Amino acid sequence: MCLAVPGRVLEIEERDGVRMASVDFGGVVKDVCLEYLPDLRVGEYAIVHVGFALQRLDEESARQTLALFEGLGLLEEEFGDAWEQAAREHEGEAQA
Amino acid sequence: MRYVEEFQDPAAARRLLEDIRAAVTRPWALMEVCGGQTHSIIRHGIDQLLPEEVELIHGPGCPVCVTPLEVIDKALEIASRPGVFFCSFGDMLRVPGTGRDLFRVRGEGGDVRVVYSPLDALRIARRNPDREVVFFGIGFETTAPPNAMAVLQAHRLGVRNFSMLVSHVRVPPAIEAVMRSPSCRVQAFLAAGHVCSVMGVAEYPPLAERYRVPVVVTGFEPLDILEGVRRAVRQLERGEHTVDNAYARAVRPEGNPAARAVLADVFEVVDRAWRGIGTIPDSGWRLSERYRAYDAEARFAVEGIATREPAECRSGEVLQGLIKPHECEAFGTACTPRTPLGATMVSSEGACAAYHLYRRLGGPAARSAASSHAAPPPGTPSPAAPSPVTPSVEASPVV
Ligand code: SF4
Repeated sequence: MCLAVPGRVLEIEERDGVRMASVDFGGVVKDVCLEYLPDLRVGEYAIVHVGFALQRLDEESARQTLALFEGLGLLEEEFGDAWEQAAREHEGEAQA
Repeated sequence: MRYVEEFQDPAAARRLLEDIRAAVTRPWALMEVCGGQTHSIIRHGIDQLLPEEVELIHGPGCPVCVTPLEVIDKALEIASRPGVFFCSFGDMLRVPGTGRDLFRVRGEGGDVRVVYSPLDALRIARRNPDREVVFFGIGFETTAPPNAMAVLQAHRLGVRNFSMLVSHVRVPPAIEAVMRSPSCRVQAFLAAGHVCSVMGVAEYPPLAERYRVPVVVTGFEPLDILEGVRRAVRQLERGEHTVDNAYARAVRPEGNPAARAVLADVFEVVDRAWRGIGTIPDSGWRLSERYRAYDAEARFAVEGIATREPAECRSGEVLQGLIKPHECEAFGTACTPRTPLGATMVSSEGACAAYHLYRRLGGPAARSAASSHAAPPPGTPSPAAPSPVTPSVEASPVV
């Protein structure tokens, strides 16, 4: 729930008066709100939590973290289908 | 047993462990506050790699776990109403309320939707003006600014069919509650890194001073946690108690000022009940007067909720670090991720779920729990029976 995943800004646009970006998380691209880091630029990295960039991150540590999360299946947990995950738990497969 | 070779950078992990081993001369009990850290510690077996003397006590920092049962039941009730789209983060789907969960409510016909971001819920509200769209706003200081922005944005755009069921919690009052508990054994804290990315570190020096306890701001990755432990142990061995930032790459001393400004506008501090623990003064946020119109509790007037918590569930003690999950009778028998009795058996951050997932069923793996009872750190009162954090007498005005 408190997982924050590093991502790279691909594109920035204004939407309904809010600064939004497409952010790439090792292949998964999501809409991210930049209101809390308004000076973040295209190409830069930030840690993102529930669709909000919260703090800038340098490229090297961002890449390392992403690689680690990917290896641990955390990206799937964060961006995957929560209903499927819940159903799996409900069926008891998550214990395997 | 885990091996250092499984780490991404085994050489660095080995160096940190050697440093810790060289520094330690007596037993120490450290609490990691955040459930994300607990999960990482159990997943990587960090508690088993550390020297005997260093015990990691798991803290109350899983927002899914501490959301009061009454609020969960209110969520289930609102989600069951016709005409309501109930939006939530995916972690909440299987949190047990009294007799059911959101997953079940959807099975019974409730319109429950999982969103990645609170702004997604707002978008759903704008696309469906004839529906009431309710967002379940829970979480610590990391999640509160995004949720606050959704309310602010609803207000700016005049979205009237959007509201939020707010049950936010704050870390520093929880640390204070842990330290004030008569059965407290914690001698140092690993503070939650991403909470500090938002809030900065200014709230911690008074706590470190008052309770003479080191506070080390710590990240979530295995090496981050080892570094946090290393710095905490170094302070303990030297008899120091300062606030140290071991996660500087993501935490600036001032945090995120823009986020803090919106938090101060949209929310106000209240006493908040923590599931299994009790009410902790000033430990939560609710919508401020200015945004009260977006309060789902007022809008849906959910009253007369009778909550019932399974008697055998000891999640309150787990959340306060008084017992380890496998010391609960129901662990792995009556209570599994499939049939969770308590919220700590759900969610990737609940300590019971982490122990179950990584097969910490007791035995040699439980040495830290066992040894901690045999040899409490010097100067720490060893309680005969764990007693919960003293709950404050006033009821929370919100829940
Ligand atoms: S194992 Fe289940 S019943 Fe026991 S404390 Fe954890 S959640 Fe509660």
